[in-house]
Amino acid sequence: MYGKGLRALTLATLVALTATFALVVFWAPNDADQGFIQKIFYVHVPVAIVTLVAYVVGGIFAFKQLRTDDRKWDVRSYVVIHIALIFNVVGLLTGAIWAKASWGHWWVWDEPTLVSFLIVFLLYATYQPLRFSIEDPERQARYASVFAVIAGAFVPLNFMAVRMASSLVHPRTFATAEGGLPGEMMFVFLVSLVAMSLLFWLLVKYEITQKNVTWQIRALRRRLLGDDAVAPIGRSAAPTIAPEAAKPLGQRPRVSYENSPEARSRGPEEIAT
Amino acid sequence: MRSREPRPMRPTWVLLRKDLLLERRAPESVPAMVLFSITTFVLFHFGLGRDEVEGSLAAGVLLVTILFAAILGINRLFVSEQAEGGFDAVLLAPIDRTALFLSKAMALFLFLTLVELVAVPAFAILLLGPSPWDALGGLVVVLALVNGALALVGALVSALAIRTRSRDLIVPMIGLPLLVPALIAASRSCAPLLAEGGASWPAAKWLAVLALYDLVFGLLAYAVFDFLLED
Repeated sequence: MYGKGLRALTLATLVALTATFALVVFWAPNDADQGFIQKIFYVHVPVAIVTLVAYVVGGIFAFKQLRTDDRKWDVRSYVVIHIALIFNVVGLLTGAIWAKASWGHWWVWDEPTLVSFLIVFLLYATYQPLRFSIEDPERQARYASVFAVIAGAFVPLNFMAVRMASSLVHPRTFATAEGGLPGEMMFVFLVSLVAMSLLFWLLVKYEITQKNVTWQIRALRRRLLGDDAVAPIGRSAAPTIAPEAAKPLGQRPRVSYENSPEARSRGPEEIAT
Repeated sequence: MRSREPRPMRPTWVLLRKDLLLERRAPESVPAMVLFSITTFVLFHFGLGRDEVEGSLAAGVLLVTILFAAILGINRLFVSEQAEGGFDAVLLAPIDRTALFLSKAMALFLFLTLVELVAVPAFAILLLGPSPWDALGGLVVVLALVNGALALVGALVSALAIRTRSRDLIVPMIGLPLLVPALIAASRSCAPLLAEGGASWPAAKWLAVLALYDLVFGLLAYAVFDFLLED
């Protein structure tokens, strides 16, 4: 089946998230200056880190798609960037709330994380429009991958430039003069980081599984009922053609498997998950 | 018999010559960009309600104007290739496809330089408070680096957008966020040059950031451009 290990991962994510929120609310010490509201830090910063790493990972997947011309990398790159965009919005909102609570303004240009987040969001917000404006699925995959590679490399460069430009009043949580976070805070933060990473991974897996299942059902319906019974997919920003692995057995061209013994030994289900 | 020594840059020069010839015979991008820049200065005059600007405000007005003018040129950069089958010709010819990218980036660089030759003096006359003469050397360096950034990113984005349905929308949407770091570094470099009471040389770190930006995007574009032509 698709989504092997999905249930275990779901449970692990639930446990980790519950533990994180319990620790954040009941155990982590209140900040001396900012009080309880500072605890949004345990959501904001891990979400931000996961987002930025995910954008870079999306770029790496896209690079693999360009190198191998294998559609599964396009699907992965698309899904990672899609979920990262959602995390990006969450990061922006929690950042704005934190800024309002601690500085009294919804937006602070002095905070480099928030500003680079906005710029990166504006850039990645064009990923789907770009895909949507290219009809040929193959060209869509290739152009989207080129975009993802450029944007993935842009993320750290942008972060550096914005950080240099800001006037450094942002709380440098990890490198203050007193030696950074107290141990308890650091522990809660790391737990939260693990939980957010798990959540991200889970959402990515769910979306990939959903796409694979949809493709498989379409392919099966087409074989059972004939081509006319299945309505064609219209223009879409998402990848519309299944990777070879998502097609039912017997329809796959054998040629593509000849040169890779590991692909031959794997079942069709496991490749796409 | 002609010599057979390899000349790897020759396709680039040929393609660049074609672009410059096209622009000379039927001027299109450069006049539009020049007019756009001067109109934007007038708009800034009324929009800001100021007769003279200096320092970081002047840097911002000048650089944002150049950035938006560049978007006009970037939109038009591959139009002749798309309309007249230049892409197919490059694909059919036994040359490295990167030659097309290099020639387009160079053409855009030259177009922007031409635009700035008119737009910067116009800016100095219309809006700039302090005398531009002290700043001239620094401005040349900064604008050369800015043109490099605009040319590299512009040629890449233009190639990405040209065969999409809505290229006029895609170019500014992708191009402007990508150029934010370049704009940050360029405006920080220009601000001391255009400051009231005498120009001072910009901080080396901002010039370094601009140069790094040019380098990174040059290498990136070199690596990925081939994939945009592949079909």
